[in-house]
Amino acid sequence: MTAIYSIIAGPLMWAVFAVFVIGCIWRVASLAWTARKKDIAVYEYWSNRYAARSIAHWIVPFRSQSMRQNPATTTASFVFHITAIVTPLFLSAHILLFDEAFGISWPALPNAIADAFTILAIVSLAFLVGRRILVPGVRYLTTWGDFALLALVALPFVTGFWAYHLMPGAGWATILHILSGQALLVAIPFTRLSHMLLFFFMRGYIGSEFGGVRKAQDW
Amino acid sequence: MSQVIAKQSKPLPDAGLDKGVEGLTPEKIAKTLQAMLKAEGGARLAAYVNTCAHCGLCAQACHFCLSHDMDPAYSPAGKVKNTIAQVVKKKGKVDAGFIREAARIAYTECNLCKRCAMYCPFGVDVAYLMLVMRRMCHKLGVTPQYIQDTAHSHSVTANQMWVKQDEWVDTLFWQEEEAREEFEGLRIPLEKEGAQIMYSVIGPEPKFRAQLIYQAAALFHAAGLDWTMPATPGWDNSDMAMYTGDNEIMGRIKRAHYETAMRLRVQKIVMGECGHAFRSVHDMGNRWLGYKSSPVQVVHALEFYWELLRDGKLKLAKKYEKPVTLHDPCNVVRGRGLHEMARDVVRASCQTFIEMTPNREHNYCCAAGGGVINCGPPHKPTRVAGNRVKAEQLFRAKADGAQVVIAPCHNCHGGLEDIIHSYGLNLELKFLGDILYECMEKP
Repeated sequence: MTAIYSIIAGPLMWAVFAVFVIGCIWRVASLAWTARKKDIAVYEYWSNRYAARSIAHWIVPFRSQSMRQNPATTTASFVFHITAIVTPLFLSAHILLFDEAFGISWPALPNAIADAFTILAIVSLAFLVGRRILVPGVRYLTTWGDFALLALVALPFVTGFWAYHLMPGAGWATILHILSGQALLVAIPFTRLSHMLLFFFMRGYIGSEFGGVRKAQDW
Repeated sequence: MSQVIAKQSKPLPDAGLDKGVEGLTPEKIAKTLQAMLKAEGGARLAAYVNTCAHCGLCAQACHFCLSHDMDPAYSPAGKVKNTIAQVVKKKGKVDAGFIREAARIAYTECNLCKRCAMYCPFGVDVAYLMLVMRRMCHKLGVTPQYIQDTAHSHSVTANQMWVKQDEWVDTLFWQEEEAREEFEGLRIPLEKEGAQIMYSVIGPEPKFRAQLIYQAAALFHAAGLDWTMPATPGWDNSDMAMYTGDNEIMGRIKRAHYETAMRLRVQKIVMGECGHAFRSVHDMGNRWLGYKSSPVQVVHALEFYWELLRDGKLKLAKKYEKPVTLHDPCNVVRGRGLHEMARDVVRASCQTFIEMTPNREHNYCCAAGGGVINCGPPHKPTRVAGNRVKAEQLFRAKADGAQVVIAPCHNCHGGLEDIIHSYGLNLELKFLGDILYECMEKP
């Protein structure tokens, strides 16, 4: 197990970070390049002011009509996104690993809070899965790929929780935790999870168009 | 009532779609669509189709979906799934049956009203995606017969309704003559170079709503403005080619329109109460021609009325007595934010104004826009059954006391007329110009 650990936490981790970073740059740059050639409007109409205005209305809970009409989904979605981003970035164990590797560290979340966030992430994700299955309009749109991505997102949280609480098989859970986290990082640039990056450009563009050309609100 | 209408919603045969797909082979389809994807399938198409999280939040935005008890096939993302997303996924390798169905959806079950862009957390522009699908269908020669006929008319005559040149000029003379009986000295100045304003209308106005030209002439006359109308092709600002996916013809007729204004050396174009024409002149036609915004200043009727009242150029002798409500047309509200100006004009000219809800940017579409009404009688049941939610919205406004619906857009007018009659709402329908003409101080 130690041998596996040293490989996946060593060279594989480097490879994963490389694929993640280069993949993200490629994803945004290739779209930016295509837009330059075929959607020049995106550049012409882009407005930092209106892009920021639109993004601000959509990353703050309940500032859009759409969010107000769906309070449960909005709550679950925000809880999930916040905990899913904050927990891994501010987990003391992760920061410790970073400190060992690069000598860089930053303040960590208290472990009890990180633990609660993990549970919140899993519960809110379960809500989103349930919604996919139970709401006909969402089920109609859902593909197996969507479930696979949700599973991929859930796995690092479930295994992390398992390993942290030293439940039976915690050693293997740690291995699985690292591997699933790596799979998730690699998936981000190449799947629908790329909305993590593209959200800002898509929202920014439609915000620019609504603000600058249409002189109307888009929330 | 709504159930009866819903039962009729199966579309009748459409010669343009049925004959259009007859000659298609999988090879021909793949070749055309792949060429189209290569040439025009850009970053927006890729980002929208590949990033949509399938969350379904757009469903609540669409009047078609709301009117069909949230049937997901009518949701914006559902329509994308059944049309353009398949083309992208299969790299153009789809069959003729798919194209027939995709054309039906893209041309008759989406009004390109962009309400869903306001309900999608990512701001996916489904109207844009439906236009890409329509352009693919156009390239394959699969377009609804009636709207294709209007695109042919644009191509041949540069107007939408096969209006002949002499008929156009004759109609203006006729309206001038009629108006001079009411307004001494009124003119409809033709071809006046250097006038301040060129007034442009849509093809259906000379064809069967000539009184609207009369009313506009009355406003110009009363306000004492320096204006003109062109006697040449280029007088029509409407654009159904934009909605069939024929961007080349869209570009030709917009160029004719702008260049007519430039030839007459006017300072601006004032347009009648039309939504889609405004979208074409200020947003889409100019883009195709490479202008970031319209090369000649374009003023929509709503803004024009508002300015006339603000500047005191138009004086009102009375206020319209019946209680009114206001329908916000997508192309001038979500398309240009003219909703507050419209309200100012309504409040200034009407005694009682009752808001329908939702309103402003969130108003429900008329289900006629985006070229859907122009797809003709075969598809009328689709748009009437597909807008039960509008009937309910109007009914609520009526329950609040409204007797008259003001719809400052030709397509909305046509669409709401059908909604009002089909659902037995018994509401009067008016243009804002009708109200101003009735209430103005007549010199």
